[in-house]
Amino acid sequence: MWLLNSSIGRKLIMSISGLFLILFLLFHLCMNVAAVFSGDAYNMICSFLGTNWYALLGTLVLAAGVVVHFAYAIMLTLQNRRARGNDRYALNARPKGVEWASQNMFVLGVIIILGLILHFTHFWYNMMFAELAGIEGLFEPADGAAFITYFFQGNIVNTVLYLVWFAALWFHLTHGFWSAIQTLGWNNNVWMNRWECISKWVATIICGAFAIITIIFYLNGAGASCCSLILVD
Amino acid sequence: MDKDINVTLKIWRQKGPKEKGHFETYPMNNINQSVSFLEMLDILNERLVNEGKEPIVFDHDCREGICGMCSLYVNGHPHGPATGATTCQLYMRRFHDGETITIEPWRSAGFPVIRDLMVDRTAYDKIMQAGGFVSVNTGGVPDANAIAIPKENADLAMDAAACIGCGACAAACKNGSAMLFVSAKVSQFALLPQGRIEAARRAKAMVAKMDELGFGNCTNTRACEMECPKNVSVSNIARLNREFLKAKLQD
Repeated sequence: MWLLNSSIGRKLIMSISGLFLILFLLFHLCMNVAAVFSGDAYNMICSFLGTNWYALLGTLVLAAGVVVHFAYAIMLTLQNRRARGNDRYALNARPKGVEWASQNMFVLGVIIILGLILHFTHFWYNMMFAELAGIEGLFEPADGAAFITYFFQGNIVNTVLYLVWFAALWFHLTHGFWSAIQTLGWNNNVWMNRWECISKWVATIICGAFAIITIIFYLNGAGASCCSLILVD
Repeated sequence: MDKDINVTLKIWRQKGPKEKGHFETYPMNNINQSVSFLEMLDILNERLVNEGKEPIVFDHDCREGICGMCSLYVNGHPHGPATGATTCQLYMRRFHDGETITIEPWRSAGFPVIRDLMVDRTAYDKIMQAGGFVSVNTGGVPDANAIAIPKENADLAMDAAACIGCGACAAACKNGSAMLFVSAKVSQFALLPQGRIEAARRAKAMVAKMDELGFGNCTNTRACEMECPKNVSVSNIARLNREFLKAKLQD
């Protein structure tokens, strides 16, 4: 099977799974935006997604996307290290025009996975898993807004950890997005700079919005609006 | 003005492919900056021979930047600090008095060291033999104007064909990937009508050979493009991906 046996085939799997995960990030971002303006609206989404069969199926497909992306990252990284030979260069200079992120995608990916584990213990375990297993949690499983307020409002440790997580994601996406397009072959001399620019925009919009929302949660918890922020303070 | 400088060379010495290599240092005094880098190594080798020592083995041939024989990883860059130039086009005026210059061979599983700074680059020849050609029936020469080719395509094909197969791309790549070389060779044919006929077979055969020979997977860091002495663009890699995926999807 050429998808698994050829280098370009393996890269295609990385590319498509990566683009799929970017689409999910955009979807997740929309949910978070709802939580900024109204805790009730967010809870409606939570109960809608709850533990329906389609939500479970969606979660499984998503998990498969992460697993494929990560498993192939490990496989490609090991192959690439082997292709480098036994002796390493004594002196290695990063050439001008080579982005730092592009040479450290695996390390960035590991940071993102660690952040993901933290995020799962905060939300997925308390919400979807608690509902499936019937565990009594702090709040109702579908009361996402309560969890947001609990984990973020006034909690500087969680907020900083999440911001570090978003920073790693930003670097990962600045290279990942255009690299995925390049692997699909949709690139040429004209589009090269355009894709790199779009890539930075995609990364900045996704990570910037997540970061701003996290800071709002830190200050005000879920469901608060900008106006109430001023009123409370 | 070029002046005489003193430099210290830190050179990789390795007796054979299986032997363990190490660095040795050689002081070089009163080297004029107008001397080319390889001439400077010639001066060192002459000295070593006169002292009854083994000279340093390194590849070189035309010494005018076109044959693709010279290699050398100088101070962390394939073909040294100059851009768009091969090692043989490098002059000592790039270095300053008292500098230590580290010289290493290409390090890649696809290019095993033969001795010292010389590596075996027949892997690239094998990739070419797998499909880097156009099959032509001998006979009368067709009229040059019989097949019209857009100027843009002719230029892109020419830029791709500028690749001299020196191996700097795989040497620069942290993944030891030969994609820039293979993509340049696939592109120079794929862009022209004469090369289209065998385009699908060529892309599949050359990529298969590249993978078989142990080169790594491209992660689009663009280090190859930045270090390429002929400034071959990574947009060729996008074209190779396109040609390969198209060929596989047609199967």
